[in-house]
Amino acid sequence: MWELIDSNKRKSKILFFSMFVLLEALCILIGLALEYPRGGYWGAAIGFCLWAIQSMVAYYFGDKIVLKVSRAAKVTKEAHPQLYNVVEEMKIAASQPYMPEIYVINDSAMNAFATGIKPEKSAVCVTAGLLETLNRDELQGVIAHEMSHIINRDVLFMTFAGVMLGSINLVAKGFLGTSRITSGASRRGRLGSSASKIHPGFFIIAIVFSILAPLLAQLFYFAISRKREYLADATAVRLTRYPEGLASALEKISVSASNLVWYNKITAPMFIINPMALENSSEFLSTSTHPPTHKRIGILRKLQHGGTVSFRDYQNIFSKENKDFKLLPKSALEDKNTVNVRQASAPEIGGALLGAAGVGSNKASIRDVNNLIMATSGFLFMPCTCGLKIKVPPTIGKNQIQCPRCGRYLTVPSITSNISHKEEKTRDIKGTQGVFERTNPDSWETALCDCGHSIQLSPIFRGRQVVCKKCKRKIQINYPE
Amino acid sequence: MIFALILLALIVASVMFSVGLYNGLVGLRNRVKNSWSQIDVQLKRRHDLIPNLVETAKGYMKHENETFVKVTEARSKAMSAGEGGSVKDVGAAEANLSGSLAKLLLTVENYPELKANQNFLALQEELTSTENKIAFSRQAYNDDVMMLNNRVEMFPSNIVAGMFNFKQSEFFEIEDKEEKKVPNVSFN
Repeated sequence: MWELIDSNKRKSKILFFSMFVLLEALCILIGLALEYPRGGYWGAAIGFCLWAIQSMVAYYFGDKIVLKVSRAAKVTKEAHPQLYNVVEEMKIAASQPYMPEIYVINDSAMNAFATGIKPEKSAVCVTAGLLETLNRDELQGVIAHEMSHIINRDVLFMTFAGVMLGSINLVAKGFLGTSRITSGASRRGRLGSSASKIHPGFFIIAIVFSILAPLLAQLFYFAISRKREYLADATAVRLTRYPEGLASALEKISVSASNLVWYNKITAPMFIINPMALENSSEFLSTSTHPPTHKRIGILRKLQHGGTVSFRDYQNIFSKENKDFKLLPKSALEDKNTVNVRQASAPEIGGALLGAAGVGSNKASIRDVNNLIMATSGFLFMPCTCGLKIKVPPTIGKNQIQCPRCGRYLTVPSITSNISHKEEKTRDIKGTQGVFERTNPDSWETALCDCGHSIQLSPIFRGRQVVCKKCKRKIQINYPE
Repeated sequence: MIFALILLALIVASVMFSVGLYNGLVGLRNRVKNSWSQIDVQLKRRHDLIPNLVETAKGYMKHENETFVKVTEARSKAMSAGEGGSVKDVGAAEANLSGSLAKLLLTVENYPELKANQNFLALQEELTSTENKIAFSRQAYNDDVMMLNNRVEMFPSNIVAGMFNFKQSEFFEIEDKEEKKVPNVSFN
């Protein structure tokens, strides 16, 4: 596995460099075409700036942008123990020292993705629809696939490649747009002094190059993205030793018809299934970031029947179907160990061996997801001595409740207003009757008004003031600096 | 003069090469140690979970005293094996514990009230996950041991390993009799 990661890192650098060269070549050519010969330097400088700015944005904000756009909510162990456990299991299987953060999107579509340039700062994100539908083994398969994207450094690789693709597209389209105007102007015989510096030879070359470069970059990008998907599948299977879990998860996801509402070209390769299209027919010339799902499932099922799941086995099956196409580097295949498939966990063998927990009925997992959503919106979970878990809404307004099953009286801890009443001076906005301090504005927070009404503040809410719907009090919102 | 220089260069090169081999071996040995401690954490976690599980289940399963005794005994045996037994002893004791736990969880099937208990469900999820984590950390440990053992045995690193007394590590095997009984059916 380590050989694979090393070779991926090396390839990332090469791709990164060649995409950069392509961008620079394009910019220099355009520069030369517009103002010969000094324009070449300008082109090189502009190309470099574009590349540096975009890379920096992607490096520092890439992961956060995706999570923000998707309105994902962060999940703790208490909110969803099973999801947390599955992620931790995969972290252990991959012998990673860092635990990725876990996010859930409240969307009924089924999908999952990973972000994070470095494994230290990575995150996995799943949709509520996925949690509802998949059982434990399937969820494990999906998480293993996402974890593989993280440990193989696919996130880094695809983010930068995506940035390059975006820049090349931008420059080429910009040039083609202006060239139409310039050539139109020259045809009408209104050549200005600046336009006379246009070098006709380079102008034609630049136009041809601006048409070809984005196409080339795109094909390159998509082909690599698809290869990375297969690699992540191979690594996932190596981690879980259970191909059937991922196979049936993919099957369930591809059958579900609803697509994610939000996505973009850059983030698409990180999903477990392409969020843009459900199925694509031809493979190596297609403009899809993901290989056809039925092919992926086919390989996984064959591995399951074969009984061994090392990288070598994956490569063997893969090359049989794709005419000896080399998927994995040689060094990764030198590992001669046979790796056996493990048994399915509980439900298939008798129902209660180790592993039956919570995976049972669909109803139970729907309840799980509902609990999770409640937890993120300020509900309190109180276990009663009789075993019942009581969900207390933040608006209860009492400090004692009766257990609906056994009738015991339970004290509700600290349901008090969390709005402070400082002096008028400290309030920035006139007419407010309280100040709520947000501690973590990137997640859901609940402000409890004095009247007992609770106000949910969403992760994207950045307003300075809210009005309580019940008592019409105005509350000022403060943010940490 | 030239001969002496060539000889010197050869000596320097071979020393550098063996330093590289030695460092590689040390790195691997530390990785084996680290992954063993990962297993240890998970085994301890399981030992800590069992009393809670037994406490919760006891209230519902009044006629299964024997099963509880077996689980508790297996746990204390596994704990004492963990405090200084060899890798093999730990493996055997933990396998025994896994077996008796599986039996306990099978009998839970007959107690629907217990199966509906939220506390029990949460414990069961924790236990399942801990079992998985043990399996996965064992997987990682055995992979590392395999790499170390290969280096210790193979030429040329075996020379350096012999000089500095690197030993082969033991694999961590958990023989689960129940698991072996399940036939692997395929429809190919």
